[in-house]
Amino acid sequence: MSARENVLSKIRASMRVPSSDDKRREAVAARLENSPAGIIPGRAQLPKAGQVDLFCSMAEQFGATLARVSDYKAVAAEVTTYLRSHNLPAEIRMGADKRLKKAGWETEKNLEIRHGASDGGDLAGVSHAMAGIAETGTLALASGQDNPTTINFLPEHHIVVLKAGDIKGDMESVWAMLRKAQGKGEMPRAFNLITGPSRSGDIEQTILLGAHGPRALHVIVVD
Amino acid sequence: MELTANKFKANASKALVDAQLQKALGNVEKGFIGKRQKAADALPEFDALRDNARDIKNHVLEHLDLYLEEYERKVTAAGGHVHWAETAEDARRIVLEICKKANARTVTKGKSMITEEIALNDHLEANGIEPVETDLGEYIIQLRGEHPSHIIAPAVHLNKEQVEGDFRRVHTHLPEGRDLSEPVSLLSEAREVLRQRYFAADVGITGANFLIAETGTSVIVTNEGNGDLTQTLGKVHVVVASIEKIVPTLEDTSQILRVLARSATGQDMSVYTTFSTGPKREEDPDGPDEYHVVLLDNGRSAMLGTEYQDMLRCIRCGACMNHCPVYHAVGGHAYGSVYPGPMGAVLTPSLNGIDETGQLPNASTFCGRCEAVCPMRIPLPKMMRHWREREFERNLTPAVARYGLKAWAFFAKRPKLYRFGASFAMPLLSLFGGTSRRFHSLPFAGGWTRHRDLPAPEGRTFLQAWAQREAQKQETGQ
Amino acid sequence: MTSSGTKAAQQPRVGLFATCLVDLFRPSVGFASVKLLQDAGCEVHVPVAQTCCGQPAYNTGDRADTREIAEQVIEAFEEFDFIVAPSGSCASMLRKHYPGLFEGDAAWEDRAKAFSAKCHELISFLTDVMMVRDTGAALEARITYHDSCSGLRELGIKEQPRKLLGNVSGVEVREMTDSDVCCGFGGTFCVKYSDISNAIVTKKVGNIDTSGADMLLAGDLGCLMNMAGKLKRQGSDVEVRHVAEVLAGMTSQPPIAGSGK
Repeated sequence: MSARENVLSKIRASMRVPSSDDKRREAVAARLENSPAGIIPGRAQLPKAGQVDLFCSMAEQFGATLARVSDYKAVAAEVTTYLRSHNLPAEIRMGADKRLKKAGWETEKNLEIRHGASDGGDLAGVSHAMAGIAETGTLALASGQDNPTTINFLPEHHIVVLKAGDIKGDMESVWAMLRKAQGKGEMPRAFNLITGPSRSGDIEQTILLGAHGPRALHVIVVD
Repeated sequence: MELTANKFKANASKALVDAQLQKALGNVEKGFIGKRQKAADALPEFDALRDNARDIKNHVLEHLDLYLEEYERKVTAAGGHVHWAETAEDARRIVLEICKKANARTVTKGKSMITEEIALNDHLEANGIEPVETDLGEYIIQLRGEHPSHIIAPAVHLNKEQVEGDFRRVHTHLPEGRDLSEPVSLLSEAREVLRQRYFAADVGITGANFLIAETGTSVIVTNEGNGDLTQTLGKVHVVVASIEKIVPTLEDTSQILRVLARSATGQDMSVYTTFSTGPKREEDPDGPDEYHVVLLDNGRSAMLGTEYQDMLRCIRCGACMNHCPVYHAVGGHAYGSVYPGPMGAVLTPSLNGIDETGQLPNASTFCGRCEAVCPMRIPLPKMMRHWREREFERNLTPAVARYGLKAWAFFAKRPKLYRFGASFAMPLLSLFGGTSRRFHSLPFAGGWTRHRDLPAPEGRTFLQAWAQREAQKQETGQ
Repeated sequence: MTSSGTKAAQQPRVGLFATCLVDLFRPSVGFASVKLLQDAGCEVHVPVAQTCCGQPAYNTGDRADTREIAEQVIEAFEEFDFIVAPSGSCASMLRKHYPGLFEGDAAWEDRAKAFSAKCHELISFLTDVMMVRDTGAALEARITYHDSCSGLRELGIKEQPRKLLGNVSGVEVREMTDSDVCCGFGGTFCVKYSDISNAIVTKKVGNIDTSGADMLLAGDLGCLMNMAGKLKRQGSDVEVRHVAEVLAGMTSQPPIAGSGK
C-alpha cells in the first residue's frame, strides 16, 4: 500500500468510518458547494462611502500612507509626487494592468517605467489591486502579467492603485469577486492580501517596519 | 532537535537563574498579552468567531480523509504535486529528493515549525544542501545553532545585545565600526544579507497555516514578506504541512484567519496573507516552475478518535504560551521539545510517547489561562490531566507522588480513620508551630519550605471543633 | 403548623463542605462560613463523613480513587438543598468535574449531575443565590484581592467578593496588578516544581507589595497559604486571611502564618 493509502486508511480506522459513508461524502460535498459564510463582523457593514473611509483609516492605522484622487489621469502625478517626497529616483516597475495604461503617464515625461516582473533592483513598484477590504484596510492582489507578484515584495516602496468601487466590506465579498472572475474552486497562482508595509517584532518584541518586503506601502484610491 | 523533555525540571532550574533569559522573557508578558486583549476587545464578534472556528475544525477532523482527497485532486489539477509522508523520516526523504532533482545547493526557508518537527535542516545539511532561514527570528537562532523557543517568535529568548554579538561574529564582510546598538539597524542588516540569498536559492521551502480543499491552495500568514520571497523566487516551491491543516473553503479560512493574528500578535490581519495555488502559469511573469506539497501524518491519524483529538484544532498561534505563568518563568527551551508551553505539553507526548515526555503535562498549575485564550477552544488542562492518567495507569508517576497520593487517598476514603488521625496530628503540628504560627522548615515538607514558610494549623480540626460546639449547644439546650 | 416549622421550611438546608485545608489548618474559615450562611438565612449542616473533594487524586491521574472519594461525597451531601464550599477549586471539582467521572455509568450519571448542580462556592453562593449585598461587617483595612484560578475561570467568580468587600465599612480595596494571574500553588505543583512555583509566587508577592495594601484576601486556602508563606519568608507585614473571615466580621484570630497583633 502506498503512503497515501496508509495515511487515509489510518484516518478512517481512527474515526471508525463505516464502509458505506455516503452521509459523510454528502456533508463534504455540500460544504464545498455551498461555502457557508459564517460570522461577518459588523464593523464594515456600512454604506459604500463609509466602507471607503473605513478602508482608508484602517490602512493608515496599519502603516500604509494614502492618497485619494478623483480620476485615473491623476495617478501618474501622484506617483511622481510620492517618489519626489521620499527622495527616490524617477523610476518605477509596473505590470501590464490595462487600468494603469490611462493613468496620465504622458504628463510625467521624466518618469522611467520598467515593465514586467521585478528583478530586485527596483526602489519603487506600482501595482493595481483587484480589491480592498475595508474591515482591515487590506489590499487584494492577484498574480499574473498585469500585476507580477514580485512587484509586491521586492521593491523598497510599493505603490498600489485601488478603485474606490472595488473596496468591499469584508474578505468574503472578495471571494465572491474572485469566483465571478475565475470560476468556483479556481484561484490565481498567487493571491496576496496585504495589510501595511512589511514588519518584524523578532528582536525584543520591538515592532519595526521594513523587514524583507517593502518598507513603505502607499495606496492611491481612485474615486 | 534532541528531545530533552524529561530533563524539564533541571532545564527549568537553570532557566530561572539565567539573568539574560529572564530579562528577555519580560517581553513576552509585556508584549503579547496586552496586544491580544486590545484586539479582542476591538472586535465584538471575537468570541463567536472562536466558537465557529472550533466548529469548522471539528467538522474537518470528522471528515479529514475526504477533504484530503479533494485537496489533493485540486492541487494536481492546478499543476502541483502532492506527496504523502507517514513519518518525519519519510518527509525528510521526500523533500531531499525534490531538492536533489532540482540540483539545489541552497534552499531558502520560510518560518515553519513543521520543518523543525521533522528536523529538516540537519538532514539537508548532512546531504550537502545549505538551508537558509529567512524569517528574522529563525535566521538569528540559526546563526546561534539554537532551536526556536516560541512557535511564532523564535528568538523571543534573546536580547538585542546578544543578536548584535551574533551578527558581528558572522557578517564579517561588513565594516567593523558599524552601529548595531538598535533593533532597527539589526533589521536593516538582516534584510541586506538575506536579500542576496533569496535570489541564489534553487528551492524555497515553507510551511502552511492552512490548506484549502476547495481550491487546492496553501496559505502562509507572515509579517516580514520572507515567506513570499522564499516561495516566489525559487525555481521550486515545497510546502510541508501536517494533515490537520486542511480547511474546507475560502470562507472557512477567513473565519479562522480572523482569530489567528489577533490571538498571536494582536494584529487584525498579519501584513501578508498569501494564497498559493500550483506552479507558474503561462501568463505568469514570475513564480516557481514547480509546486510540491508534502502532507505529513507523523502521529496525527493516531490522535483522531482519541481523547487528544481536540489538540488537532491547534492553529499554532502561540496565545497559550503567551499567557502561561510557567512559560513566563522558564521560557521555551526548558521544555526540551519542538513545541513548548501548554500546547507543547499536550502535543509532545502524542508525537514522542508519554514515557519520554511526562514532565511536560505535569508542569502545570492548571490555572486554565491557556484554555481561556485559545482561539480554537482547546481544553488544554483537561488533556494534560489525561496524560497524567496515562502515566498513573502505567506506573510512570514518580514514586514519591504515587505513594504520597495513595496514603492520602487511603485516609480520605475512610472518614473515621481520617478524623482519628487528624484529631491528634493537627494539634501536635500546631504546637510545634510555636508563637510565630509558622514553620521555617519541617521534615518531609522540604518542597514547600525551601522557598516559603508553612503556616501552622490552628489546632483542632474544624470537624472536631464543630462537633464540640454542637455538643455544647445540646447540653445548654440551645 | 407551628411558626418555627414554617420558618424551617423556608430556610434552605445547606451542607457545608469544609474542604480538607480548612478542616485541618484553619477551622476559623469554617466557622466564618457557617456564620455567613446562617446570617443569610440558611440552615447549616456539617456532615461528618467528609474529608476531601478528591482533587489531589484527580490531578495526579488517579481516576479510580477520585471516583471512590466522589461517591463518598455525593452520598454524604446529596440530601441537602445546596452544598457550599469556601474554596473555588473544591467547589469547581464538585460542580464541574464530578459529572465527568460518572459519564456512561447508568447507576451514577444522573445522580452525580443532580448533585453537582447544587454545589456552590461560598461567596458566589451568598451573592448569586442568597442575594446577599451586605454582610454587615466593619473593618479598617486596605485590602487587595487575589482571584484564585479555578474560581475565576471555571466558576466565573470575580465581581462577587469585590461587591461584598465594597460594602464592608472601613475597607478600601486596592487592586493589584495581575490579580487574576496564578499564584503558583497549583496543588501538588508547588512541591513538585517548587523552583518554578517560587518564581511565580515571587511575582505575585511583588504585585501585592506594590498595591500598597496591608491585607491580602482570597477565597482559596491553598493559594492563601502559599502566598502567606512567601510573604512571611520575605519578612512582609501584610496580613493574610480568607475573605470569609473579613465578611463574617471574625478577624480576632491570628492571620495565616502570622502571630497576630
